[in-house]
Amino acid sequence: MRLRALKVAHSFGGLEALGPIDLVVESGERLAVVGPSGCGKSTLLAILGGLLRPSRGRVLLEGEPPPGSLVPVAYVFQDFALLPWRSVAGNVALPIEGRLPRREVHARVEQALARTGLADFARRYPRELSGGMRQRVGIARALVVDPGVLLLDEPLSALDAQTRELLLEEVLALTRGATLVWVTHHLDEAVRVADRVILLSARPGRIRAELAVPIPLEEREQPKAAVELARLKAELWALLREDARRAVVEAST
Amino acid sequence: MSAREVPFRGGGFAPRQLRGAGLATAAVVLVAWESLSRAGLVSPFALPAPSRVFSALFEMARSGELAAHLQASVGRLAGGWAIGLATGVTAGLAIGISSLARSVGLPLVAALFPIPKIALLPLLILWLGIGEAPKLATIALGTFFPVALATASGVDQIPKSLVRMAQSFDLSRWAILRTVILPGALPGILAGARISSSIALVLLTAAEMIGAEYGVGALVLQAGHLMRVDRLLAGVVLLSLLGVAIGAALGALERRLLAWR
Ligand SMILES: Nc1ncnc2c1ncn2[C@@H]1O[C@H](COP(=O)(O)OP(=O)(O)OP(=O)(O)O)[C@@H](O)[C@H]1O
Ligand SMILES: [Mg+2]
Repeated sequence: MRLRALKVAHSFGGLEALGPIDLVVESGERLAVVGPSGCGKSTLLAILGGLLRPSRGRVLLEGEPPPGSLVPVAYVFQDFALLPWRSVAGNVALPIEGRLPRREVHARVEQALARTGLADFARRYPRELSGGMRQRVGIARALVVDPGVLLLDEPLSALDAQTRELLLEEVLALTRGATLVWVTHHLDEAVRVADRVILLSARPGRIRAELAVPIPLEEREQPKAAVELARLKAELWALLREDARRAVVEAST
Repeated sequence: MSAREVPFRGGGFAPRQLRGAGLATAAVVLVAWESLSRAGLVSPFALPAPSRVFSALFEMARSGELAAHLQASVGRLAGGWAIGLATGVTAGLAIGISSLARSVGLPLVAALFPIPKIALLPLLILWLGIGEAPKLATIALGTFFPVALATASGVDQIPKSLVRMAQSFDLSRWAILRTVILPGALPGILAGARISSSIALVLLTAAEMIGAEYGVGALVLQAGHLMRVDRLLAGVVLLSLLGVAIGAALGALERRLLAWR
């Protein structure tokens, strides 16, 4: 499915938070969104996902969802957003229960848990899990609906560095072929997960630069890709640096 | 260089429940009371010995009086409390999710909550006639307000991100209410049930004192008129046992329903 944002802008009260932004996410494309802190990345993603009504502009979803898809656009949250009163299996079942026969719900949940390495944790509760395991639940819950577009808002930012690295590799494997928008403030994450990176300016976030990552996904973890990825990251940082510095100073005044 | 052991400075400020301390305290109090009575140091008319109170209790149990009083009281309490809980939870959920209900309901609840509900009993008797209805209504009213407020604040405490999450998966409003709002508000609802249970017990006793033939409140009042302090205290013991039983039942319910915490 293709996602198209037309002159999308948003203000919270008098505070201009975002845009205007024009953006197309092609079917099968992997887009990363980076930008200084508070520039409106989460706001943009919430608007793309229909969770926030933009002050101006609109968002179009074009094309058909994959067959068997239950929710066209699914979300992965930075703070996981798990229901603490439901077990792991219950959280993953949440978006599909009542939409499918019980037996099929069960089968799909099992499959999603197996894919995300959660099979042995089905009956655990979120408070019993580490951050990495919790986000696995968040990812399993998004994948269980077979979404046409996957939106991820800093999915790994609440995790420690090693867990982040492990989970990044897993998410890459799990989302092969998916259409996704991945918001992050980690530049190395952006160049490893995306085909294209857009860089937002300081608030109100506008598209400041756009960068293609011309290395096939499956080659990115190989040593010979490292130099090119580092170069791309340096390029992004050069563009971002001044805005990031200003965002830090602004946040403290 | 002189060496000395690092002095320990932690510890304390973490009281534990000592096993059996509660029972031991009760036993000491009862034994002291009993011996003071037997020694003739307190008048048996002002404060009969615990053994006299318990024999009054057994006496009433044997004659069937106890069952009649208890049945009347438990019936009223259960009925009034259930009505108050059901309506209070409904109102609290509405206040928690709807702007209209919140704008209208919150000021109303805040204004009516402080009224001592027993003051409304005469009015309720005028409206509903003498009999069970005004007593049930008094208990229900006393339960409604704290439950509504506790439920609404329980809903307020649900992180908005959980509601957004449910919406991001296209869950219907009804499904969100059932899977996010209601379970999320459960700690608040149970807190409301706990607070309101003691209010309900007070109102039950008062209402039965004002006009009832059967009921533990009526028993206590009649015993007072007859200067039967043993029966009076037996009634008080019954009321406190009722309160303890409700508290224990709610505690068990909390442990079951809130095991995820
Ligand atoms: N509900 C809200 N009400 C008022 N202001 C908001 C609200 N949500 C966000 N903002 C403000 O809008 C701006 C953009 O917020 P947003 O969360 O989209 O930024 P972000 O790029 O995701 O930031 P971060 O890097 O911290 O995740 C910020 O200045 C933020 O303070
Ligand atoms: Mg954000």
